[in-house]
Amino acid sequence: MVNKAQVGVLALQGDFAEHIEMLSNFDVDVHKIKNKSQLEKLDGLIIPGGESTTIKKLIDRYDFENAIKEKINHGMSLWGTCAGLICIANKLTEKDPIPMGIIDVEVSRNWFGRQVDSFETNIEFKGITENIKAVFIRAPIVTKVKNNVEILSKLTDGTIVAVKQDKILGTSFHPEISGSSKVHEFFINLTSS
Amino acid sequence: MSTLKDEKSKTWKSESLPEVGDWRVKGGLAQMLKGGVIMDVVTPDEAKIAEDAGAVAVMALERVPSDIRRDGGVARASDPEMITGIIEAVSIPVMAKARIGHFAEAQVLEALGVDYCDESEVLTPADNEFHINKWGYKMPFVCGATNLGEALRRIGEGASMIRTKGEAGTGDVVQAVTHARQILSDIKKIQRLGDEELMTEAKNLGAPYELVCEIKNTGKLPVVNFAAGGIATPADAALMMQIGVEGVFVGSGIFKSGNPAKMADAIVQATTHYEDADLIAKVSQNLGGAMKGDEVSKLDPSERLEKRGW
Repeated sequence: MVNKAQVGVLALQGDFAEHIEMLSNFDVDVHKIKNKSQLEKLDGLIIPGGESTTIKKLIDRYDFENAIKEKINHGMSLWGTCAGLICIANKLTEKDPIPMGIIDVEVSRNWFGRQVDSFETNIEFKGITENIKAVFIRAPIVTKVKNNVEILSKLTDGTIVAVKQDKILGTSFHPEISGSSKVHEFFINLTSS
Repeated sequence: MSTLKDEKSKTWKSESLPEVGDWRVKGGLAQMLKGGVIMDVVTPDEAKIAEDAGAVAVMALERVPSDIRRDGGVARASDPEMITGIIEAVSIPVMAKARIGHFAEAQVLEALGVDYCDESEVLTPADNEFHINKWGYKMPFVCGATNLGEALRRIGEGASMIRTKGEAGTGDVVQAVTHARQILSDIKKIQRLGDEELMTEAKNLGAPYELVCEIKNTGKLPVVNFAAGGIATPADAALMMQIGVEGVFVGSGIFKSGNPAKMADAIVQATTHYEDADLIAKVSQNLGGAMKGDEVSKLDPSERLEKRGW
């Protein structure tokens, strides 16, 4: 019998319930992560959408950063969606919050403007055959990538909205509320690889 | 034969309704606020304190509800200069209140770039009969409700987030509890009904039939549901989260307390770890006193803000 992948969703703030619901469509064990001791058993972790300043403050408050980095060194996969991408970036164009520096990209917050400028669109995503619906809510974008980072998706104007480095995935949009679980499937395959 | 269960995959927002700003995009911001605390602020400095303490959004207003209650007078949407100042001061979403039915105030808030409009009973109502038609805006709306029928009427008008009305500005959590429990119990009741009973239930609730059907299928509101109106301590926030809301608004409770930054931080932590009593005990120490407040049961009925709107 093959052991099921253990996938956690960081449940400090944001739409972690939507990620958990998406993951429940797959043959994985899903964990709601509220304390760093729960990271121990994980093969993959998702940092959900939410408010990046709030999530990062709580990551610091409960001392998650080193524990997450330690797990990544031992092969855990990690996916940040929107606020999650902001938290794992190497650098932000803004001064707050201070990102964890896990993926070699520079990210700019609220790139498209305020809530009235939020939108959804269909995009291509490398590794997924069909176009996927992407919901951008006060979304960040990737403004710079280092050579070791693979670009998985761009908007038609060239704006980078999905990136991957080894087993680290970042998306500036929210597959968890799009109704399609294709990116979750992509992440689970990445976790099991 | 098609049954209601076949409709399960559909989410609210039938194709025939008018639409500006996609439903998923408007409701999506509320989903990002889940598990968080939205704080009332009256100056850019307070907004910054709220953001630093971990607020997921701030509500920009001229006077907090307890001051409106104390000072009286007509309470209106805030000075655009103050709202703009707060928008410039923080990177988190900024909400602002418009009077019930005052669609021109809402238009002004949208023009200012406000991220969420609260059509609020805390301000003096501008229309005794009609709420704002909220479909016509790109800016999403949150509205107060005391029971499921009221929540579904607001959603029917285009609100993409609901909060309990509670009794704002009192620091007494009893009405927030009453309203949250009422909404949740109304939902449970619908789930027990047969399909043939749903139209009558819609009539009794005064709610759109399609939404009543959806509640039967999903067992929850089609939009995010927060608590508001009287939350003044970390334990109040944990109470509301355990009852089953998805986040909290704290109005006067923070900046009318003895140490706002510390109270704000403590309420944020209690909302995240609402089931962890050890942690809540720890963060509740030495907060410098919660707001004094007013007992709701001692208020004159004419002073009850929850009676505003329908």
